[in-house]
Amino acid sequence: MAHAHNLAIFRGRLKFKSNEQKIWGVLIFLSIVTAIEVVLGIYKPAALMTAWISPFEGGFGATLMNMILSPFIYIIPLNLIFLVLTIVKAYYITWDFMHMRDEKSSLRRSVVWTFVFLALYIALIFLLEGGYIFDVYKSSIIKWNF
Amino acid sequence: MGATVTTTEEKIWNGGNEPMGASYGKMMMWFFILSDALTFTGFLAAYGFSRFKFAESWPIADEVFNHFPFMHGHDLPMLYVALMTFILIFSSVTMVLAVDAGHHMQKSKVAFYMFLTIIGGLIFVGSQAWEWKNFIKGEYGAIETKGGSIIQFVDQDGKRIQLEKFAKTLPGDRVQHERKNGIWFTKEASLPGYSIAEVVEGFKANPNILVRTQQMYLDKNDKTGVHPTLNKEKHKTILTREESLARLNDAVHVVQGANLVRNEYGNKQFANFFFFITGFHGFHVFSGVVINFIIFLNVILGTYERRKNYEMVEKVGLYWHFVDLVWVFVFTFFYLV
Repeated sequence: MAHAHNLAIFRGRLKFKSNEQKIWGVLIFLSIVTAIEVVLGIYKPAALMTAWISPFEGGFGATLMNMILSPFIYIIPLNLIFLVLTIVKAYYITWDFMHMRDEKSSLRRSVVWTFVFLALYIALIFLLEGGYIFDVYKSSIIKWNF
Repeated sequence: MGATVTTTEEKIWNGGNEPMGASYGKMMMWFFILSDALTFTGFLAAYGFSRFKFAESWPIADEVFNHFPFMHGHDLPMLYVALMTFILIFSSVTMVLAVDAGHHMQKSKVAFYMFLTIIGGLIFVGSQAWEWKNFIKGEYGAIETKGGSIIQFVDQDGKRIQLEKFAKTLPGDRVQHERKNGIWFTKEASLPGYSIAEVVEGFKANPNILVRTQQMYLDKNDKTGVHPTLNKEKHKTILTREESLARLNDAVHVVQGANLVRNEYGNKQFANFFFFITGFHGFHVFSGVVINFIIFLNVILGTYERRKNYEMVEKVGLYWHFVDLVWVFVFTFFYLV
């Protein structure tokens, strides 16, 4: 099974001579990403702890803008950075460690897109519902946290 | 492999073909991983649901997971899980190296790297067990109130205080009810180290201790019952002395550590999700180690050498990387976000 390995990462900007070297390169990259996460997680810079944009208020346009820009309105930048870095790590584990880069695009798509759509779908439903119940608890006249 | 497509329908659909350029076993491993990934997605989404639902009273991970081996008493959040993450990523690397050596038919190299992978997996499972031990044992102890909230204790600087630092020892006759003493053959859950009366009396005797609630402190203008100087934004609310005493009237349980019913860290769901998701992941790591070990034995026995390909190593490798992949997400959602 002498596969032809695609030896370039970062869209071809970084090329390796052998598959073994590429693996070590990816390890270094993943370690750097994890280190960034840990440092940010320990120090929690104050600048990243409040959302960059406050929610728009007003009519339909404001609601629409709140939806479009929701990652910057309802998620604090620190968490947004964590989410993005997690997906970056997941990408390199799947593409280079699991050799997704070398598979046919049909296999790649049938695995990755199936997951992405269903995961986004279930996350959207659960999180919206959780946020809704939070509002009910917060604004209801029933005191529950005593 | 495109050249193998033939016009006879028989050959296309009877397994003689590889529609996605991957062998049957490898493709099915991918689809198993897909379904397992969706299972974990469901768990993590449910965790997110509960967290969103109790957004203002969820425990802060940095205060819960702050242990490091041989550094007892130090507040070191994140470092231990970061180390665990690194161990798992590194064992993934040795797994890829084993697969790579398999492509070059280097038997002893495959065996060596698989051995390292198994060791890495065992270290990870052991680390997780240690993490669970700390979580179950707890450090400070807390009180559960009538409404089911957890209240914790802090000193004048807002630092957590352990129950044993201030609880009084009262002459009490409450003993553990055992099976042999009862009329009916039941026993009760093990008693906490202190009774409520002991904690409350100790609290009254120490005017420097305050109560910290589960609620996040967000509203800077709200000063009713809230300690005037200790509260920081997005930290748990600390009450005034009077308000603290009032809250203690509702005490119903002394909570030390964590179990499936209650935990000293805060919201009950928190411990349940922690046990369930990291437990399920830990079980995956464990089964991965077992499968890796079986394949390792096969490598040593020369099964794949005779078969003239090491694809089996690649397939278990996929499973092993998947375990690593899931951990990346568990790490983010339990420890970082």
